[in-house]
Amino acid sequence: MAVTEETMLELRSVSHVYVGKQGASLAVEDMNLTVARGEFISLVGPSGCGKTTVLSLLAGLFPPASGTVIMAGRRVQKPSSKVGYMLQQDCLLPWRTILNNAALGLEISGMPRPEAHAAAERLLEEVGLSGTGGRYPAELSGGMRQRVALARTLAPDPEVLLLDEPFSALDMHIKMQLEDLVQSTLRKLGKTAVLVTHDLAEAAAMSDRVLVLGRNPGHIRTELRIPEELRRLAPTEARKHPTFQDVFDSLWEEMGAGEKEGGSLDE
Amino acid sequence: MNELDLLGGSGGNGRNGAGGSSGGGGKRRQGKGGAVQLSSAEQAGWLEDIYRRYMTRQRTVNTAVLSVQLLILALFLGLWEAAGRLRWIDPLLFSYPSKIGALLVSSSVDGTLWPHIGVTVAETAAGFLLGTIVGTALAALLWWFPFLARVCDPYLVVFNSLPKVALGPIFIVALGQGFMSILAVTLTMTVIVTTIGIYNRFRDMEPGLVKVVRLLGGSRWQLFRLVILPGSFPVIISTLKVNVGLAWVGVIVGEFLVAKEGLGYLIIYGFQVFNFTLVLSTLVVIAAAATLMYQGVALMEKRLVSGGRDS
Repeated sequence: MAVTEETMLELRSVSHVYVGKQGASLAVEDMNLTVARGEFISLVGPSGCGKTTVLSLLAGLFPPASGTVIMAGRRVQKPSSKVGYMLQQDCLLPWRTILNNAALGLEISGMPRPEAHAAAERLLEEVGLSGTGGRYPAELSGGMRQRVALARTLAPDPEVLLLDEPFSALDMHIKMQLEDLVQSTLRKLGKTAVLVTHDLAEAAAMSDRVLVLGRNPGHIRTELRIPEELRRLAPTEARKHPTFQDVFDSLWEEMGAGEKEGGSLDE
Repeated sequence: MNELDLLGGSGGNGRNGAGGSSGGGGKRRQGKGGAVQLSSAEQAGWLEDIYRRYMTRQRTVNTAVLSVQLLILALFLGLWEAAGRLRWIDPLLFSYPSKIGALLVSSSVDGTLWPHIGVTVAETAAGFLLGTIVGTALAALLWWFPFLARVCDPYLVVFNSLPKVALGPIFIVALGQGFMSILAVTLTMTVIVTTIGIYNRFRDMEPGLVKVVRLLGGSRWQLFRLVILPGSFPVIISTLKVNVGLAWVGVIVGEFLVAKEGLGYLIIYGFQVFNFTLVLSTLVVIAAAATLMYQGVALMEKRLVSGGRDS
């Protein structure tokens, strides 16, 4: 693996509180987490376990109520072009062409238009969309649009990719294609990635490490290292590997235990 | 009719099947192959046939609608003409179409009508363009400073529900009898509605699009320029269309109050000299000019909001 033991992302005893008119509620409590450079980790857990909150904190969308978020040795305070974020929806701007959408991040960072377009064009090719640059998002299928979103996320050359259930709105077939594409692209470029998903098979097939989160409030219940032989394979291949079912089963058990724990807390 | 619908339905299926995009497509093709056994040329002819029947039916309906519309117009004008000439109604008050037509022809031939049209059209155009621009600028200001938006909220609501024409006398005294007063009346009618409508659009912009720009490290200005403003463009244009209507009201009322020329002035003048043929003919001109202006803006909308945008 390309994983060196250099720490890329770190949460240091991070807690987060959401405040509303109803009061303040603890979403994440005292979470510690380190992600090595080049590593691919997944966060799974029941709804309300703070998966997306953790991702937003890593992205610097808002500061934690307490604790520190660190990326490459620096404290994260606001979103930066070093961190790419892929959402569940593609969120392409409908009035911009595909090329202009893919170049959005570069344009925001102030790159001159011709260079931004050339870079975006290269990335569109990389995600298998060469020749669609002049079309509009409405003319593309859901899978193609999510590919454009991937190109847009990769264009500013981020060191870290945060993936917020980016495949969950897609058909199974397209979803598996995209899983392969994302994993191979990230591996080729040596990016660090954090994937939030509710699909245990996806987490097992794509990651080096899976963190199972519990709720009330959000915390890390347990951590599962994916065996080397699965990690090496592309997600579609890993799903067919004999050991895959075992990994999936142990994840499933952990989730079940977490559900019970959450349930008893609710009562 | 039933038969046509059925055929139309299966025609659509055939097209989907040919695309082969859905899982069901294959199944359908199989079923058809077993039952109908069409060669591809025959199938093309069959589809063409269904399409042609569909288009013929559409044309028939369109023609019927247009004929009824024209019939209603002819009946209305004919009845009015007869009623006026046969003294069922008082022609002094209600006039009748041929009299109105004759006045329109003579006043446009001798050129007395055109300056009035020009003045009113210019005032209206200035009113709705300026109203939309100023309203959008105010909306941008409110969006930029959320605190200001919260402070202004009750004032906007009060000002919006106020009958702004009531401010007319103040404008006349402050701005004089003329163009500026009319413009001011028109702006009070358009600006606030525009501000409220467009500000709401700015604020309710799809959160995902806003999030994307924030995550890419965009500044507030970039957010406005890249998402908020272009994303609100369809709403701005449709507000422009609404403002065309409001501006006509504002200008005509303004001209009632102060003008020495313009179509509103002609109506007031006709009323004062008891020439209701003049009043009604002016109404016809206003209807025509307002419709043309509205269609112009609608055409502009089509041009500007074109391309692949679907939402």
